[in-house]
Amino acid sequence: MIITLIDIILLTFMGATAIAILRLRSLFAVVMLSGIYSLLAASMFVALDAVDVAFTEAAVGAGISTVLMMATLALTGERERPAAHTTWLPLAVVTVTGAALLYATFDMPPFGAADAPVNLHVAPRYLNDSFGEVGLPNVVTSVLASYRGYDTLGEVTVIFTAAVAVMILLGGRKGDDAGIKNEPPKEKLADNDGDGDTA
Amino acid sequence: MLQEILDHYNYWIAIMLMMVGFYTVVARGNLVKKIVGLNIFQTSVFLLYISMGKVTGGTAPILDERFTVYSNPIPHVLILTAIVVGVATTALGLALVVRIKESYGTIEEDELDLMDGET
Repeated sequence: MIITLIDIILLTFMGATAIAILRLRSLFAVVMLSGIYSLLAASMFVALDAVDVAFTEAAVGAGISTVLMMATLALTGERERPAAHTTWLPLAVVTVTGAALLYATFDMPPFGAADAPVNLHVAPRYLNDSFGEVGLPNVVTSVLASYRGYDTLGEVTVIFTAAVAVMILLGGRKGDDAGIKNEPPKEKLADNDGDGDTA
Repeated sequence: MLQEILDHYNYWIAIMLMMVGFYTVVARGNLVKKIVGLNIFQTSVFLLYISMGKVTGGTAPILDERFTVYSNPIPHVLILTAIVVGVATTALGLALVVRIKESYGTIEEDELDLMDGET
């Protein structure tokens, strides 16, 4: 019962935060709220037994994402201009999509059902056999690193591609206007090091 | 009636968050705001998956003799991968925003359209 209560309160907070993000014009407040939103999501994942997901979400979603967005805001400005055009078409699209998805939820098994189809296929096999086959108590780790190792390899490929793309986008810019300026500071640094060594 | 609400409350809130994120991406003109909207959408999908894997009375899927009922570990693994991929796409999106700001001097969608000669 208490778990259900925590569940409902956290979900309601998440909804409120998301609507506040939608309505606020100050981008600084929006980024801070998105950090809070991620932290609420992480708490929610703990309540739903997904502890590995929770600490990844807290570190990556609430931590790294917020830092990246703050860095972007420092370069792009903190105010959002009010929208000039009408917004009835997006609202209509969102309402129709939302209604269709809500209709679909009535076919889903009730929340927490142990006999839901999701829980009957490979999950019991992993829970029963993974300790004997891989030897780790944490089933999530076993599946991530062993049974679905190729999945994780693909994930690493995606991250590598994204990192290369970010470096091309932002690194090329510095090379253009600072390519000539880069050399003098390096010499000064070398001099400073030499001075420091002799002194 | 109450049981019916409790059975689907997680899914409904996930869909509500999904639509708020979707609306932010479609209707707001500021590119940083769009990326925050994309993050909201993403997290709502995570919530949907993790909710499906929850088993009432279960515990986290870390094996121990004292427990017999565990929540489903498969959605956890999938979402663990998705979170990390999500931050990679966020970083790429933000890098594009920074480059657009440098080239155009603005990150508002309608001003960008005007500069590109579209209406």
